[in-house]
Amino acid sequence: MTWFIIAGIMEQKPRIVNQIKLNFSLVWPELSLKSWRTHLYNQYFVTRKVRETWRRKLLLLWIVGWIVFSLSLLWYMNSTQVEKRRETLGNMCDERARMLQDQFNVSMNHLQALAILVSTFHHSKNPSAIDQATFARYAERTAFERPLTSGVAYAVKVLHSEREQFERMQGWTIKKMYSSKKSTARDQGDGGSTEVTPQEISPVAYEYAPVIFAQDAYKHVVSLDMLSGHEDRENILRAREVGKGVLTAPFPLVKSNRLGVILTYAVYKSELPSNATPNERIEAAIGYLGGIFDIEALVDKLLHQLACKQSISVNVYDTTNGQIRMYGSNQTGRGMSHISALNFGDPSRKHEMHCRFTQKPPLPWLAITTSFGTLVIAFLIGYIFSATVTRIAKVEDDYHQMMELKKRAEAADVAKSQFLATVSHEIRTPMNGVLGMLQMLMDTELDVTQQDYVRTAQASGKALVSLINTVLDQAKIESGKLELEAVPFNLRSLLDDTLSLFSGKAQEKGLELAVYVSDQVPETLVGDPGRIRQIITNFMGNSIKFTERGHIYLTVHLVDEAASLWEVETETDPQSRTNNTLSGYAVASRKRSWENFSIFQHGSNPFDRPYVSSSSDQITLIISVEDTGVGIPYEAQSRIFTPFMQVGPSIARIHGGTGIGLSISKCLVGLMKGEIGFASRPQIGSTFTFTAVLTRNRSNSTSSEYKPTEFYGMNALIVDHRAVRAQVTSYHLRRLGIKSELTTNLSQFLSKPSLNMVLIDKETWSLEAITWSNFASMFTSSTIPKLFILANPTLKNNSPSFQDVNLNIILKPLRASMLQVSLQRALFGGGDKGNCRNGVAGNLSLGSLLQGKRILVVDDNSVNLRVAAGALKKYGAEVTTADSGKRAIEFLKPPHTFDACFMDIQMPEMDGFEATRRIRGMEAVLNDRIKRDEVCREINGKVIQNWHIPILAMTADVIQATHEECLKSGMDGYVSKPFEGEQLYREVARFFKPNTKLS
Amino acid sequence: MDVSMLQRTYTDLLTSLFREGILNQQFIELQQLQDENNPGFVNEVVSLFFEDAGRLITELISNFNQQAVDYKKVDAYVHQLKGSSASIGAEKIRSVCQTFREYYDKNDIQGCYNCIQPLKQEFMTFKSKLEALFALEQQIVAAGGSIPMMRH
Repeated sequence: MTWFIIAGIMEQKPRIVNQIKLNFSLVWPELSLKSWRTHLYNQYFVTRKVRETWRRKLLLLWIVGWIVFSLSLLWYMNSTQVEKRRETLGNMCDERARMLQDQFNVSMNHLQALAILVSTFHHSKNPSAIDQATFARYAERTAFERPLTSGVAYAVKVLHSEREQFERMQGWTIKKMYSSKKSTARDQGDGGSTEVTPQEISPVAYEYAPVIFAQDAYKHVVSLDMLSGHEDRENILRAREVGKGVLTAPFPLVKSNRLGVILTYAVYKSELPSNATPNERIEAAIGYLGGIFDIEALVDKLLHQLACKQSISVNVYDTTNGQIRMYGSNQTGRGMSHISALNFGDPSRKHEMHCRFTQKPPLPWLAITTSFGTLVIAFLIGYIFSATVTRIAKVEDDYHQMMELKKRAEAADVAKSQFLATVSHEIRTPMNGVLGMLQMLMDTELDVTQQDYVRTAQASGKALVSLINTVLDQAKIESGKLELEAVPFNLRSLLDDTLSLFSGKAQEKGLELAVYVSDQVPETLVGDPGRIRQIITNFMGNSIKFTERGHIYLTVHLVDEAASLWEVETETDPQSRTNNTLSGYAVASRKRSWENFSIFQHGSNPFDRPYVSSSSDQITLIISVEDTGVGIPYEAQSRIFTPFMQVGPSIARIHGGTGIGLSISKCLVGLMKGEIGFASRPQIGSTFTFTAVLTRNRSNSTSSEYKPTEFYGMNALIVDHRAVRAQVTSYHLRRLGIKSELTTNLSQFLSKPSLNMVLIDKETWSLEAITWSNFASMFTSSTIPKLFILANPTLKNNSPSFQDVNLNIILKPLRASMLQVSLQRALFGGGDKGNCRNGVAGNLSLGSLLQGKRILVVDDNSVNLRVAAGALKKYGAEVTTADSGKRAIEFLKPPHTFDACFMDIQMPEMDGFEATRRIRGMEAVLNDRIKRDEVCREINGKVIQNWHIPILAMTADVIQATHEECLKSGMDGYVSKPFEGEQLYREVARFFKPNTKLS
Repeated sequence: MDVSMLQRTYTDLLTSLFREGILNQQFIELQQLQDENNPGFVNEVVSLFFEDAGRLITELISNFNQQAVDYKKVDAYVHQLKGSSASIGAEKIRSVCQTFREYYDKNDIQGCYNCIQPLKQEFMTFKSKLEALFALEQQIVAAGGSIPMMRH
């Protein structure tokens, strides 16, 4: 029973666990579930072994128990059957015994009647009415009354005194019955057959019992003295004593050679009282009637009458002295037997009937099948439970194994990301060595070929480093560690910078690059400029790679505007639209690249939905990169954002790349709560678009883009037959504060007096076949505006007309800074040429940022301190050093004159975080007092409203030092240690304005 | 010796130091920090390192020889040493320190202990090589030559 209970419990357990899991996961998400699991897990391992052994024991017990049960069932059923059989046998035996007894009694009664007949007609009549013939005939005719007697004979009692008279009367002498040594017990009938042939005269005795009547078959016994036979004598003596029929022991009959018995009745002289003494009886006895019973025939007949389907063997025994078989085979079969007592009316002799089934008892099939069936069922049940339990155990095992595997898989995933991060980090270090050595090599004296080789090697190395950075990004994104910065930045200058990265390649291919930012986009936005630049760079890089002619056009709008653009585009005639692009080539519709964005899906008409961005600080930008490249095959468009997926293997061969860029871009866009999409038509071009949610910059502390004031109020005329291109030019001029008008026809506007400059696209210039002379002739000499030709770099110097000194050529792509310089040079003359041509070199600009700044460097490691100080001094900074957090606090207790602080994070006693927190605390106190005008705001001639010294963390391990942790303790950023030029620049640039531009 | 010969020897030595991984990029950065305003900067910093690192290693060994080893202190020393070596570009020393700290993070004291000898060894190697380098440098300067590869 315990087995069942345990099995039941085990069965229910997983269900309970599941329920509990459900409940728990609803209420407490992860923690409780985990602890519960751990609990279960431990319990599981403790009880598992115990349970296993118990299970085996119980199973064995179950099997053994049921074997015992089925055996006992078999035994019980079998014994019931045997009992029933025994009962049947007993009934049959008793029935047979009773019938035998009845028939025997009938014969006996008749013999008695015969005795009475003899007494009546032989002794009571004188002369006798019966002689031998009469007796024989009578006996013969009444034989049917005595079915069991084969013959009867009558002997009279003759005393010795009467012998002579008797012999004379009868005419024969009394002969002695032969009683040889062999057969003393044989009666006269028997003796008469074989042994009695030499009959002797009976010797003298007190009395004789000679046979006087006999049935014909036994005539030979007449005159034999019955008292001379031993058996017969006893029989006779006993019979006359008791006055009833007396039986002899069984003996084989003469003729039939069957067993038989002799019944003897005494015949008396007179009626005797029933209570007469034996002596009286002996006295009164005058004769003896004997009947021979054929027991075998009797029984045979009987059995024949009672023959039925179940044959039994019957043995009849005389058990008076030992066991003498009277009937039946002498083989005593084994097995069940029944004994019935027989009473043949002679109390001195005992008879028994032994019955036995002739056939062996049939196998107890019912019992066998029942018990076997029970056993089989029990085994099956046992098997089912065992299998169930095993199954449950296995499932539990599997479950735990799965949990284990899941844990390991998760750990492996984390380890993978960690590994990628570490490996990427570790590869960068030797790569720096390689690049450094290459740099050193370039500084040695090399011929042109060697220079070329080295430059190529260095370029490859840099490409590898950037690739590693990409992989690092992917790893970070996958492990969810990538977090976006939220810093104020100027989108326009960011895009200018990005564009300039590609100007070289664009120049090689003869592509036109342009950027356009809508006026509605604020100057300064808060977001992660690095990541936005990364996405755009990725898009532009792809575009450059796959575009052989035409243009790449980067546009930025607010989402609100995009909706109206949509309207405009739908209104435009398709024919004219194809021409209305930057280079005149057809492009993939920009609208189609964003039409799936959910931001445009609310309502059928985009104007219906209220604009979230206008009401709050959130601004959603929509940024598109449009190219006229080969486009993306339709079949590949679905998997464009899958990592490491490229259009085809040949693409990778021809164009290189890992196919990871777009997937990273997608993740980054997702982090910016934006969407990404594209439209592409093979052989026409692709347009990639993404949206990003940024915030408006509310604080005014950070400077907006530097705007030169010298161009304010100037007017420009843009002559271009392509409206889009003119718009781009107009946009850049607007950034410089120059108002511009567009025209496709130069002559229409030339009369305008206030025109300061005319910008003509080189293509239009060539198209209209203008020359400087005919241009100049259009104006009165005093007011000739400056003429600028906007040209793609590849096209320069191929037309003689440009060699004209009065023409100013501005090379595309247009960028505000470059445009500014060109205009300055042309309008005001002079200016340092080429300074801003391609942006400023890293270290130079770092120098310009740090020149004259007072910087505190904090590090407990003197070597590090020295190196960091040296590096910063190199860039012109005035460096003060502090070797502990405490000293740093002393230095930075406001008011002070430091411009920035570089702080090591890991320091004994007080680490960088703690020191920063304290410094921020002191600043907060002072700021509070400044607000309440308790202290002077002027320090060293500068009015300071709000004390906040930029503190940058220095850390050896960039990966571990999370930006967040730095920010939490009040730091403004972090730089890697030892310093990396670019990163240092990036961080420092956030706080310092370049000195050169300020001057 | 001829100045050009000295310069070549200097270059070879420096190259071999980079090739064997004793020095890394950072050393070049360090060299670049040295200019007319700040002559002998590298020498100064490296000497500072010798002094600092020598002291740290001695402390480390003595700490390990004590009955009760103060592992926190040991880790702090190694951290210091790692920072210094990273700053001057002593790559091998830095990597041994890195290994040491990895063992430390795994609580593998035996592993930490096994790092002590290599650390000492690497420091001695570094010191002798760098001293040789500086000696050469001085010879070059004395001979009136300029130190090669210092230009940027």
